[in-house]
Amino acid sequence: MTPLNIISLLVENKPGVLFNISNNFRRKGFNIHSITAIAGEDLDTTRITITVRGDAHEVTKLVEQIEKMVDVIKVKRLDPLRTVQRDLALVKLHTADPLAQEEALETINRYKGQILDIKPDTIVAEVTGSVNEVSEFMRDVKNIGIVEAARTGITAIEKGWITLEGNQ
Amino acid sequence: MTEMTGSKAYVKALEKEGVTHVFGITGAALIPICDDLLDCGIRYIPGVHEQGSAHMADGYARASGRPGVVQVTSGPGATNIVTGVATAQLDSSPLVAFTGQVSMSMVGTDAFQEVDIIGVTASITKWNHQVRDPARIPWAVKAAMYVANTGRKGAVLVDLPKNVTTESAEMDFEAEVSFPGYRPRIRPDPAELMWAARVLSEASQPVIVAGGGVVSAGAGRELTELAELLMAPTATSLMGKGSIPSNHPLSLGLLGMHGKEANYLVPDADVLLVVGSRFSDRTTGALAGFAPGARIIHIDIDRSEMDKNVESVIKVCGDARLSIRGLVDQIRAIRRAKGGNGEWVRKVEELRRSHEEPEDSDGVSGPAVIKAIRRALPRDALVTTDVGQHQMLAAIHYDVYEPGSFLTSGGLGAMGWGTPAAIGVKAARPDRAVLNISGDGSFAMTENNLAVAVDEDLPIVVVVLNNRMLGMVAQWQRLFMGGRYSCVKREYTLDFAELAESYGAHGVRAETMRELDAELRRAVASDYTTVIDVPIDPEENVYPMIPPGMGLKDILTEDLP
Repeated sequence: MTPLNIISLLVENKPGVLFNISNNFRRKGFNIHSITAIAGEDLDTTRITITVRGDAHEVTKLVEQIEKMVDVIKVKRLDPLRTVQRDLALVKLHTADPLAQEEALETINRYKGQILDIKPDTIVAEVTGSVNEVSEFMRDVKNIGIVEAARTGITAIEKGWITLEGNQ
Repeated sequence: MTEMTGSKAYVKALEKEGVTHVFGITGAALIPICDDLLDCGIRYIPGVHEQGSAHMADGYARASGRPGVVQVTSGPGATNIVTGVATAQLDSSPLVAFTGQVSMSMVGTDAFQEVDIIGVTASITKWNHQVRDPARIPWAVKAAMYVANTGRKGAVLVDLPKNVTTESAEMDFEAEVSFPGYRPRIRPDPAELMWAARVLSEASQPVIVAGGGVVSAGAGRELTELAELLMAPTATSLMGKGSIPSNHPLSLGLLGMHGKEANYLVPDADVLLVVGSRFSDRTTGALAGFAPGARIIHIDIDRSEMDKNVESVIKVCGDARLSIRGLVDQIRAIRRAKGGNGEWVRKVEELRRSHEEPEDSDGVSGPAVIKAIRRALPRDALVTTDVGQHQMLAAIHYDVYEPGSFLTSGGLGAMGWGTPAAIGVKAARPDRAVLNISGDGSFAMTENNLAVAVDEDLPIVVVVLNNRMLGMVAQWQRLFMGGRYSCVKREYTLDFAELAESYGAHGVRAETMRELDAELRRAVASDYTTVIDVPIDPEENVYPMIPPGMGLKDILTEDLP
């Protein structure tokens, strides 16, 4: 499988901008693996993190096409070695069986997760980590019985003084 | 700040932007705007089909260097301009389209004549925008003009819901237009230029390839100066035709699928300077054979074109005119430009002589028709083409002396572009003779625009190279499909000359070269829209040609045995 690329964007917070960006991915034949987006505190801009599988050169070409969009302020393919990334999962487990409940609590603890809701036969937990850690957690709790799960996908930021808006 | 309706603000904003012509067709969503257009100095040119109106605005933009404005109603009016918008975008022509829209309260309800034109045109515009607040209309008009006509020019679409045009607001016409992420880079980096100048001055077999960016930046004169300074033979892409005068000793003509001299020299270059071209597949041929030994220098205003199709060693991002000017100055300062040596430049002359075709005395062949058109037209005439065999014949055989006097749908290759575009060109340059070189297939697609040429007094000449075939596909079928014709034959009952007459134009048929010369001369002198139907041999191929997928030197020059 081709590697996962992380692309970070700062765009104008306007209707249609996200559509235009994802439309560019579609046009070049990329399938978006994950996308997170939220408006900044000022509400003028939106910060987006998109992950996509693909050859690094092809992804760089795509990034250049996106860079020239009028509503895109900054876009960058993040260097994985200089980036910290996090993925968050909310998982609802079937824990009617006391043994299953014990195993669930033990696994959640091992991944430093948090219990958000506990009922006689279900537990909702939050686990945060690198995308691999979260995937491992999901594998570990699969046998217990996942009722439902939702993941945010990767959000990422560069290490040190490097920022999306420019080196400082 | 003054209070007025959105519609009045729209018209006022257009005037403030210096718009003199609006092409289009009205409709329910545009009634308020069209009412206000009555009270302004802008000339409105009503069309017969929105596609034609969009092509007119595109032609106007290319001939005037200012954005061309097309204004159409919602729904079908908007969908009908899609081909026109895509044509302008692919050829980097500053087209601004205003579309009517149903009122905001009905948007998204599948209302009568509602279509999501913002979604439809997302991938064929440089920028598009729906105005939701009447107070934003002055800003939107200004922003549309700014984005369309700066950086790499292109198509912009602004959608105007009806209620936004009827409601009133305090209008600020001085509102600043700026996009934090849009910084069109015009000035080239001096360090990159210096490096390019050094490499160019060391070249002994330099070749220049000029693309549409040279024409668009008005950099033809500078380019010719640079070619002479370096003694560098200069080829053009289809869009760059005219960057260097066709009769200049260093001109190599067209490069690529229908190139000749250029195809022999470009692969042997040691340094290749490419200006304002995106290395289209039609220009490069198979990439392996494209200048394999050359150090490539790429100048383009659009950074994303660098290394997109062909990798370059030196990349200069900036306006073609400023970049070439800078190169000329730097090379002059270096003062020891080796330049193309005598032998290299002599090759141009040799190649040209070996490819000279004998003048066919009386046969009405494609090349002969194109040469007759050149003979009849003044040097500064503006020529448009449609798309197909006649377009390639014109690209090969029509001599251009001034940059920007040969206009064609190169990127999208939209048949039917030429006739309406010529009308837009005439609106921009009423002082010049304007002629569209067309084929029967292309002309039949948009001939109804003759009504506009006649009724709006924008006289053009159309020469139809009529082979009763969709000729370019027929040529490929003859060359690559064993001669099996499929879907290409046209058994017209239609008579183009009579058709022209019913539009109130002059229509004639020319069956010999003598008749053609006479009719062309009469048409060019007459200031009367004229269609000249010229029957030609349906079996005639356009040569030279490289078969698709082959390299630049794999040129076919005659029919295979």
